[in-house]
Formats: sequence, structure tokens, C-alpha cells
Amino acid sequence: MIALIAIGLSFTGGAYAAFNTSTASAAPAAASQQSVDQGKKLFMSNCATCHGLSASGTTNGPSLIGVGAAAVDFQVGTGRMPMAMNGPQAQQKPVQFTGSDITALADYVASLAPGPGIPNASLLDATQGNAANGGALFRTNCAMCHNVAGAGGALTEGKFAPALSGVSAQHIYEAMVTGPQNMPVFNDSNISPSGKRDIITYLTYIEKNPSPGGYALGDLGPVAEGLFIWIFGLGAIIALTVWITAKSN
Amino acid sequence: MAQDDNGGHELTTANSSAVEHVRVGDPGTAVVPQDAVPNPGFPTHRPRITDLDPKKQRRAERVVYTLFYLSIVGSIWAIAAYMMFPIESSDPGSVRLNTLFIGLGIALALLAIGIGAVHWGKALMYEQEGIDLRHPVRASEDTIERAVEIFQEADQESGFSRRSVVRNSLIGALIAFPLPAIVLFRGLGPQNQDPVALLSHTMWKAGTRLTRDPEGTPIKAADVTLGSAFHVIPEGLNEAPDRLEEKAKAAVLLMRLKPADMFVSPARRTWNYDGIVAYSKICTHVGCPVALYEQQTHHLLCPCHQSQFDITHEAQVIFGPAKRPLPQLPITVDAEGYLVARSDFTEPVGPSFWERN
Repeated sequence: MIALIAIGLSFTGGAYAAFNTSTASAAPAAASQQSVDQGKKLFMSNCATCHGLSASGTTNGPSLIGVGAAAVDFQVGTGRMPMAMNGPQAQQKPVQFTGSDITALADYVASLAPGPGIPNASLLDATQGNAANGGALFRTNCAMCHNVAGAGGALTEGKFAPALSGVSAQHIYEAMVTGPQNMPVFNDSNISPSGKRDIITYLTYIEKNPSPGGYALGDLGPVAEGLFIWIFGLGAIIALTVWITAKSN
Repeated sequence: MAQDDNGGHELTTANSSAVEHVRVGDPGTAVVPQDAVPNPGFPTHRPRITDLDPKKQRRAERVVYTLFYLSIVGSIWAIAAYMMFPIESSDPGSVRLNTLFIGLGIALALLAIGIGAVHWGKALMYEQEGIDLRHPVRASEDTIERAVEIFQEADQESGFSRRSVVRNSLIGALIAFPLPAIVLFRGLGPQNQDPVALLSHTMWKAGTRLTRDPEGTPIKAADVTLGSAFHVIPEGLNEAPDRLEEKAKAAVLLMRLKPADMFVSPARRTWNYDGIVAYSKICTHVGCPVALYEQQTHHLLCPCHQSQFDITHEAQVIFGPAKRPLPQLPITVDAEGYLVARSDFTEPVGPSFWERN
């Protein structure tokens, strides 16, 4: 029964992808059957508990039919999957699999149904993008959650948008294409592949160039700055007041 | 110098018995010390270490002038830093160094003056506690008479009371002077337009295409895949003469949900297109852009005051200070498959204003 649904889903997914090729970025490199088999074994022993034996999802985890290799590479490659425990959102932690195991898992999930593939290296080269355009796209589409300097921010009920410093270009690209967890999907018709590269260029630029305004206090904006001035600024004023009014020895 | 009716007691030391309150002048204004508080037990005067030990005094002196010299060093350093760390347009790091080192120099210059002056006052200046007696507020009869005389003389000499035409025209001129401000401030508002109508309507019209922010390219319904969020501006906004004013009202967030997940009221049955919904991005609380969309919970969070809107229930407020749901933009597709508005918003977008119903 589940297999039937899986077939049905992969068929509709395939038909959809064939109809709308623009959403499937960078066709995945042809995966060897060996890698797919290896990935299936890894999937059965590590992922099937939540995602189901045929990856079509259970009450504990979403279906992975059609999420593509990019989703697997992002979730497993940043250590978010396998999830350590239930919580508001899967958190980044040390990566649990080797690079070849991640590739095998990605190949297996990509073999179930077409989906966004792992992006070409040419789309990840920060030296080729336009940081100004990337900044405009970032401020419109990303800054409200990830902060204008990419420092991250809070969402509802314990969820949060993580900081973007130190995230590899490939993972940034994959997150935009697949929309991990509560992040919306930014498919290629929303932000073009070159626009995504511009965003990567912008993030690389702000990571490499210091803030002109001095020490950035984590780029968190008024909360961090207010806390700093309340504690250290007011502290200094109180200390000076005590000193001025104290009787000299 | 102000006239003082202390009867010569200008300053008296706390320890002396010279503190006497003399009843002077009118009882209504003079200080009548009937409630004089006895000494509550102040500690006796304790001389400072700099008063007793000349070595310490010289040391305090050295500290004070060193601080003032340090201040000079700080000022010179600030000038030197301006030249040593020039701002280069290609390098944001140079701005940082420039600001930092000039700031450190100026901070040293000012702080050293302040700290030096306070230390001077505390350690070296005369330090006997004293009492400055309060004197009556009312002036002496002679002074009052003389003041009245001066006013009368001035009135007579200028003819301020006598020449009533001159005086009244001056008063008129002074009243007229601030009037241009009314016109100038009115000029800051909308001209020949009803401000209420301007707040109630946006650029959206029936048939206006939804386009991507900031490029302004139209969006096909098929582009909006499940879980997507598009930031949308009306077609032609980038060419509008008052682009930013229009954008502040017309910005829209476009999302696609599974139609089964959505509650749609009968009146809004035609407002979404196959689960694609468009809501105003302007918060109904104080107008921040609400765009923190969670694609699994379908909650929309306003970053300013944490209002939350439930997109599955027509952007109903589920948390926070916002009072109204976000206005929904009715949408459909045109013959070419592009998303278009069915009409303008059916209610004013953004925060409350007086005339809003």
C-alpha cells in the first residue's frame, strides 16, 4: 500500500518536475546504483524510524518523496538530521555521517522522486556574484528572519532563524531551494540561481569585512546594544557619581 | 551682585555658633526658623590626608596636572589619528579605525579634564563645610519703590501706554509673525487630497499584476510552489513617482498553503487561488513589515512587537498587541497565468487612525 502511494507520489512529482523544470535547479549528477543501494541501507537503519520505510513519512516525520538531494545534503550535512530529540526545531550539531555516506543518502532520496539537486559549483562561487544585488535580495527576502547582517533572530515558540556566518555556500544555496523546517522555499522562479549566488556573495562580503561602526556586539541590534549601554554605560556613570560625591581621604 | 539681606553673614562655618536666623522683612516671605532642625549628629570635621601630609598634597597636585597634560595628549592624538587613519572609500575597516582612534583621543581629552578637575576639587581645594544662609525673597521697600519708578519712567519715555496705535500695531505684528508656520506645516501634508482616502486606498487595482520585490517581474501561479513565500509589490511600482510612499502601503506577502489546511470564510471564497494567498505586509499594530513566515506552522510573526498572525485562519491575530487581522488582497490569475489582484484591499492597511472604521 505504502509502496503504491510512493509510486503514485513519485509519478506525480516526476510529472510536475517535467512540467516545471525551472524549479529543479542543477540536475543531480547521475548517481550510481551502488551509491543508491548504500544510501537505502543507511536510510533504513538511521532514518526510517521517523520518515517511514519508504520515506513517505509517518506521524513523527515528514515525507521525503521529492525533497531532493539538496534537502538531504543540507539536513544531514549540517548535523540537523538525524535529530537528537524532539524540539521546536532540529538544531545544528556535529555531523553524524561521513561525506560519502551523506552522498549515498542524498542519492537514495533523490532516486525516489525528482527534486532539487546539489547545486553546481559555479552557482556557489562568491567571487562571481554581485554583492549589491545580493544585499537588495537579502534585505527583501531574508533579513526579516535572519537579521540584516545575517546574525539570526528569534521566531515563535522557541524556533529561531540561525546565524549565517560560517555556513558554507552550498548549504546556504540548498536551504534557499529546499526551505528546511519553517524556512519558506525560495525556488528558482522566486530568486534566480544567479540571484542566489549574489546573496552568497553578499553574505561572504559582510562576513569578511568588519563593521564600520566599531565592535558589532553580535550584530543583534537594539537588544544587545541596549543591554551593553545599560550595564556598562550606566555602570560607569554610577561609579563616577559615587566617586564624585564620596569624601576625599 | 545680588542684594543680600543676611545682615553681613554671607558664609559661616558649620562648627561656629554664628548661625543665627534673623527675622527680616515680611512674615510671608522671610525665613522664619521656627522649625529649625537641631544638628542630627553630623560627624565632626575630619581633615583630609592631603591637609595633614605635605607629601600627599604634592602627590595629588602631580596627579591633577598629569591628568590635564594627558588631556592635551588626547587632543593631539585625535588630530594625529585623523591623519594616520584616513577613511578609504573601498574599505569599511578604515572607517572603523578612523572612528575608533579619533574617539579614543577625544574621550581621553575630555575625561582627563573632568577627572582632573574633580580630583582637584576633592583633594586640594578648600574643604571646610559651610552654611550659606537663605535670605528673604522679598526685596527691601526702597528697591521695590525704585523698580516701580524705573518702569514708570520707561513707560513715560517710550510712550508705550500713550501711543496706543504704535503699541497695538506692534502686538499685532508679533501675533502675525508665527502664522506662516501654519502654512508651512500644512504644506508637509498631502495637497488637495483627502488624507483619509489616501490611507484607505493603495496602488492595487483590479487586474494589477503581482510582481517580485525588488525586480518588479510578474509571478505565475505555477512559480509559487508549496511552502514558498514571495515578497510582492504591485506592477509598475518601481516607475511610480512616489515609489516609497506607495510601497509602504502596497507591500504584500504571497504564500502557498495546501487548500485543505486553510479556513476560508464564505465571503472570501474567491480571494485565494488554489491555496495561494496574499496578505498585506504592514502590521495592523504600528505598521512594521510582518514577513517572518513559518512555512510549517503557517504563523506570520511581526519582529517589532511579536504579534502573530495565523495564515490558515485568514491572518487572525493569535498573539501580541495587534488588534486586527492583516488585510487580505483578493487575487486570481489572468489569461496568461500571471497572478493579478481582483481589487484593492477591502479595508485600510496598516495601523489604526482616527477615521478608520
